[in-house]
Amino acid sequence: MNIGMEHFLTLSAALFTIGVVGIFVNRKNIIVILMAIELILLSVNINLIAFAVFTGTITGQIFAMLVLTVAAAEAAVGLAILVVYFRNRGDIAVEDVNLMKG
Amino acid sequence: MDLIAFYILATIVTVAALGVIVSRNPVHSVLFLILAFLTSAGLLVLIGAEFLAMLLIVVYVGAVAVLFLFVVMMLDVDFVELKQGTLGYWPLGLIAGALMFGEIALVTFARGNVVSAGQFDPSPGAETNAEAIGLVMYSDYLLLFQLAGIVLLLAMIGAIVLTLRGKTSVKRQNIGKQVARTRAEAFELKDVQPGEGI
Repeated sequence: MNIGMEHFLTLSAALFTIGVVGIFVNRKNIIVILMAIELILLSVNINLIAFAVFTGTITGQIFAMLVLTVAAAEAAVGLAILVVYFRNRGDIAVEDVNLMKG
Repeated sequence: MDLIAFYILATIVTVAALGVIVSRNPVHSVLFLILAFLTSAGLLVLIGAEFLAMLLIVVYVGAVAVLFLFVVMMLDVDFVELKQGTLGYWPLGLIAGALMFGEIALVTFARGNVVSAGQFDPSPGAETNAEAIGLVMYSDYLLLFQLAGIVLLLAMIGAIVLTLRGKTSVKRQNIGKQVARTRAEAFELKDVQPGEGI
C-alpha cells in the first residue's frame, strides 16, 4: 500500500488541531501563540500541497507558496509589534493588553 | 518503504508540534518548531514536491524560526511566571481540539476518499517540480506573484517602522520645526539698564 492523500489529510488535521489547542492552552504567552499560528499555517500548506500532488495539478503548490509568503510577513510584523509592546510595557502578558478598552 | 518513512516522519512532526505547545521554555518551543518544519519538508520530498520542501526549509527554518529565536532570547521575560495557572485552560482546549479534529475527520472520511479525479503527479507538464511551478507561476499567476512581493515589501517596511528608534544623540535638522518658527518665539527685545545684567 502506497501513501495516499488520506495520510496527509490526517496528519494535516492533527497538526491543525494541535495548533488550535496550543492557542487555547498558552493564552498568556503570545510568543507561543504565534508559533501555534505557524503550526496551523504549516498544516494548511501540507493540505494544499497534498491535494495538488495527488490530483496532478500545480495550482495548489503555487497557492501554498503564497500562504508561505503571508506567513513570513505575519511573523515579521507580529514579532515587531511584540518587541515594541515589550519596550513600552516591560513585559508581554497578553491579558493586560486592554489599553484601548473604551 | 515509502509508507514506513511517512509514518516515521509524521510521528516526528506530531510529537514536535506537541512539544511546541507544551514545553515550558519558549526556546525549546522554537527548536521543536524547527524540527516540525524540517520533518514536514521531508514529508513533502516524499511525495515529490521538492521545491516547496526546500522553500519551507529556507523560509521557515532559515528566516521565521531564527526570527522567533532572536525575539525569545532578546525579550527579558520570566516565562515560568507566564506558565503559571495555565493548567485550567487544558480542558477547554482539549474539548475544542477534539471537536475540531472530529469535524475534519468527518469531512475527510465520511464518503471515503475525497477526491478521485486526477492522479498522482507532483510536477504536471514538466520534467521537474521547480520547472512545473515556474512555468505556471510566471505566466498564469504573475499578478499573484507580484502581489506576494508587495506583501513582503509592506511587511518589511512595517517591521522597520515599528521598531525603529531615532537616535537622540544626533542633532538632526527638523525642517517642520524650522519653518514653523515665528518672529515672536525667536526674537526678544530687552531693555538693558546701565550697570545691570539681563
